[in-house]
Amino acid sequence: MREITFGAAVNEAIAEEMRLDERIIVLGEDVAEAGTPFKVLSGLVEEFGTQRIIDTPISEPGFTGIAVGAAMTGLRPIVDLMFGDFLFLIMDQLCNQAAKTHYMSGGKLNVPMVLRTNMGATRRSAAQHSQSLHALVAHIPGLKVAMPSSAYEAKGLMKTAIRDNNPVVIFEDKLMYNDKAEVPEEEYLINFGEAEILHTGSDITLVATSSMVQQAEMAAKTLAKQNISAEVIDPRTISPLDETTIINSVKKTSHAIVIDEGHQNYGITAEIAARISEKAFYYLDAPVQRFGAMDVPIPFSPALEDLTVPTAQQIHERAVLLLEGKL
Amino acid sequence: MTDKKDNRESYLQMFKQMVRIRAFEEQANQLYLSAKMPGLTHMYVGQEAVAVGICEALTPNDKITSTHRGHGHCVAKGADFKQMFCELLGKEEGYCRGKGGSMHIADQANGNLGANAIVGGSAGIATGAALSAKQLGSNEVSVCFFGDGALGQGLLYETMNMAALWKLPVIYACENNLYGEYTKVEEMAAGDLMARATGFGIESFEVDGQDVLAVNNLTQELVERARKGHGPFFILLNTYRYYGHHVGDINREYYRSKEEEMLWRKERDPITNFTQLLVEKKISTPEELKSIEREIETEAEEAVHYALDAAWPDASEVDMHVFASN
Repeated sequence: MREITFGAAVNEAIAEEMRLDERIIVLGEDVAEAGTPFKVLSGLVEEFGTQRIIDTPISEPGFTGIAVGAAMTGLRPIVDLMFGDFLFLIMDQLCNQAAKTHYMSGGKLNVPMVLRTNMGATRRSAAQHSQSLHALVAHIPGLKVAMPSSAYEAKGLMKTAIRDNNPVVIFEDKLMYNDKAEVPEEEYLINFGEAEILHTGSDITLVATSSMVQQAEMAAKTLAKQNISAEVIDPRTISPLDETTIINSVKKTSHAIVIDEGHQNYGITAEIAARISEKAFYYLDAPVQRFGAMDVPIPFSPALEDLTVPTAQQIHERAVLLLEGKL
Repeated sequence: MTDKKDNRESYLQMFKQMVRIRAFEEQANQLYLSAKMPGLTHMYVGQEAVAVGICEALTPNDKITSTHRGHGHCVAKGADFKQMFCELLGKEEGYCRGKGGSMHIADQANGNLGANAIVGGSAGIATGAALSAKQLGSNEVSVCFFGDGALGQGLLYETMNMAALWKLPVIYACENNLYGEYTKVEEMAAGDLMARATGFGIESFEVDGQDVLAVNNLTQELVERARKGHGPFFILLNTYRYYGHHVGDINREYYRSKEEEMLWRKERDPITNFTQLLVEKKISTPEELKSIEREIETEAEEAVHYALDAAWPDASEVDMHVFASN
């Protein structure tokens, strides 16, 4: 099968959907000729024109709000938020307006929009361009949240997001844009709320999202060398969350570590760990472990930044300790 | 007063719509004072000519976005009393099945995209509706209603900038009722209010918000031009809210005098003054207008009784409509 990059997969998903549905527009900062700083949208303006690939001023709340109104009245906008850190700027439009409109109107108004943004540290971009803030939006009823971990997922989840009649936030790991994976030429979608078991195992469950999936897979390979069989689960969407796949896995392995690049406090790791504790408690042989990013603003210095994000080696170490009853 | 929309029918329609808003609001106020209404609400009384003058220049397909003080816009855009009172009381038959309430009432069928409890929060939505109109070639216009208080919100300026860049068919209708909550506008807004829009190259107009004909004439002209692609526009409508910031804001002397309130009620009331004009111009008679008022008051009373007796939403509704189906 052909291999394409994560960035190309996103681009392809948007282009394919735009060919099918004239109501889809893309708006954001430098999305047209510049194709975004990561060049993910390059080529779209040449095919679809500036009427549909719309460069906006640097006004994140403004263009997000415009997308909400456009979505309520017949368009299907894809908002490009250049960095996930800018979510703090648009919280009212996303969480008070987009997320609640369908409910507040008693089901009369819909907001079919996609907000694509990114996450992920270790790019030496410091505290305001490196955060992984998906937990903030996953907390809000009315928003769906997708976290692709490969080019394959990036395409399938993006296409599903575009066809969804609700506001969907997609977090792309900005370090993954050049990573290649097998992506079929034929059309496919990935349903929301369906986790992927990337690696089956019987001793320990590693639930990992987005950027942490690769780390968990690497850890699983190292563990295998010690005859420890790890099951790696990628939820793919955290809202909705495929709880069943996770719970069933933990019932089988009796051990679980949840790994995510958001801050650990009050984060996705806490939510998933709590669900495991609630629903698989009597199957557990050890306490469920959370492993998120350190609870510090992301530092600039490479010497410090690398300490803040979970690594395959650390996951491996924790897994061993957990299985030895030392955690 | 100048006249443009000058047939008897449209004059009487504007009179009726203003009276409808006032009758609705007086009933809503009573519901609050008699503790029959959950929560609280913000009265539009005094500002009727703004909502009516503007909405009478729109078609049902044209969109509006409204504010926390939104009952007037909702009525003016064609909403029904029963469904509105049901919404205010949290009943299932309300426009939003009781899930929105006074501050989120929306009436999609008549183009009302909803009230908004965030001051200035709908500036993006109205501008986005105008983007849809332009992209889809629907020829619709959208009107963003907001108060002077929203002039302090950055979102408004971001969206006005984009509307001007992209020549969107949106009208920003700033209802200056002189107070943002409990504070005078001049204590919150520096400089010239009009310059906020002209700075973006948006053609801006100031109009007496108590004069329904003046508001309507100006809006008709701007709507027509917006449909031709000459938008966006900004209108500053000088008006006054008779009641407090919300129904519970009873003792208001610390921020405005009773004399000031009386002056607006006595000399600048949009309904009284329009009544006088209709009689003077022999468009109607005091008797006919009185009987229209009585009819509307009765309708409002009946709608209140209907809503009080209406059913609450079933408990199964609580987690319904969090997500739209695909």
